[in-house]
Amino acid sequence: MRRIYLDHSATTPVDPQVAELMMTYFLEYYGNPSSVHFFGRQVRKALEEARSQVASLINANPAEITFTSGGTEADNLAIQGAARARSKKGKHLITTAIEHHAVLDTMEFLAKNGYELTILPVDEEGIISVEELKKAIRPDTILISVMHANNEVGSIQPVEEIGKIAREKDILFHVDAVQSLGKLPIDVKAMNVDLLTVSSHKIYGPKGVGALYVRKGVKISPLVFGGSQERKLRSGTENAPGIIGFGKACELAGQRMEEENKELVRLRDKLMDGIISRIDKVKINGPLGDKRLPNNVNVSINFVEGESLLLSLDMLGIAASSGSACTSGSLDPSHVLLAMGLSHEVAHGSLRLSLGRHNTEEDIDYVLQELPKIVDRLREMSPLYHKAN
Amino acid sequence: MYSEKVIDHFTNPRNVGEIENANGIGQVGNAKCGDIMRITLDIEDNIIKDVKFKTFGCGAAVATSSMVTEMVKGKTLEEAMEISNATVAEALGGLPQTKMHCSNLAADAVHAAIKDYLDKKTKV
Repeated sequence: MRRIYLDHSATTPVDPQVAELMMTYFLEYYGNPSSVHFFGRQVRKALEEARSQVASLINANPAEITFTSGGTEADNLAIQGAARARSKKGKHLITTAIEHHAVLDTMEFLAKNGYELTILPVDEEGIISVEELKKAIRPDTILISVMHANNEVGSIQPVEEIGKIAREKDILFHVDAVQSLGKLPIDVKAMNVDLLTVSSHKIYGPKGVGALYVRKGVKISPLVFGGSQERKLRSGTENAPGIIGFGKACELAGQRMEEENKELVRLRDKLMDGIISRIDKVKINGPLGDKRLPNNVNVSINFVEGESLLLSLDMLGIAASSGSACTSGSLDPSHVLLAMGLSHEVAHGSLRLSLGRHNTEEDIDYVLQELPKIVDRLREMSPLYHKAN
Repeated sequence: MYSEKVIDHFTNPRNVGEIENANGIGQVGNAKCGDIMRITLDIEDNIIKDVKFKTFGCGAAVATSSMVTEMVKGKTLEEAMEISNATVAEALGGLPQTKMHCSNLAADAVHAAIKDYLDKKTKV
């Protein structure tokens, strides 16, 4: 059966060059990077090279990169670490309603443990207002966390503006850049960011590796104690093959980003336009054009439910995701779509198609050929469809 | 995560549609939680002669709706009232734990349709 992978925002395949490089560090260069002997030194050298590669993609200094087990840990380290380190200065935190749960749940945990939290709303395109943010700032605000681009609807946030405000007020600014790394240019200096989360497996690197950028001079508290690795900020023997793979993936992303984005945007817009023209009563979720990630398509298809769509697509070999409650494991649909003002009913019928490096024109044609048939079938079955007509 | 039987009923649902002039109509669930099931019955001499469903919901919601229509067709009202959400899930070879509460309402929809029929009857 033909298989089309359109879930790159969930994860990506590892680039063969990355996988090949990693194999060497499993099989040949297996030393512990903290060891003084030859075996250790070999790995240390490669690990520091990876640190430079990651730093280079976001215009940071290598010493500002701390490797973690992934984006979730990096978000936790940034937020819990900053909150603890700055708790004497104040206890007020600011974030947005559309953050990934790695940020939101960490913030809410802190709010239950002596901190105060302001969650900023978003507009119908899924973008926060800088004015709202300014109003939310208090003298005891110690941390602002805003994602660079949203994982569900691809909306890009005004992080540069926010960074400027945060820096002026001496508030730490954390950016979750998991979805934007390798897709949007990131310059931590221009963005006035203090802490920035990135992840490997969204950019054709291995799973289980991420990093936190911590601006030189910024002090945060560690979450994990032990062998003092990563300048004591993240103890535990480094996942050397993973980190070295992540470094390579960053290097490749830097080389390919511009060219790849052109093709992604072309396919993305073809897919969005095609869905709108072939299926009635659909709504594109998130902004259009430059304010959207180049690889994100998110549509709400009225009168049908997301998981049913996913199952039907999967039977035809098409892999996608949805903001339906059924796919989130909770009773509520996507918190992002609800924050953008969608009704529960419409949010349940959302479909995210996230494109990647290997998708082709034929893939898009196939989706555009099959999706309307699936929607017809499910609508025929839906008690909501006839009522609305 | 779904049994083969669930996938079969989802792919080839039985008795989809709406009976015109149905004498028993039951609807359960709401759009907020993502599942709505509507059952229409044609009841004659205390027996369910025909049954059709329409469902907005996930794979489990569609499959349980389809399954329950097969289970109650030709049954007496008393027999149909005996069929519970749990028996429907069982007949499908089980449902994932997370689906047991939110999407397993098909028997409730049938019961609501029977109740609707009985209520109308007593009014006449």
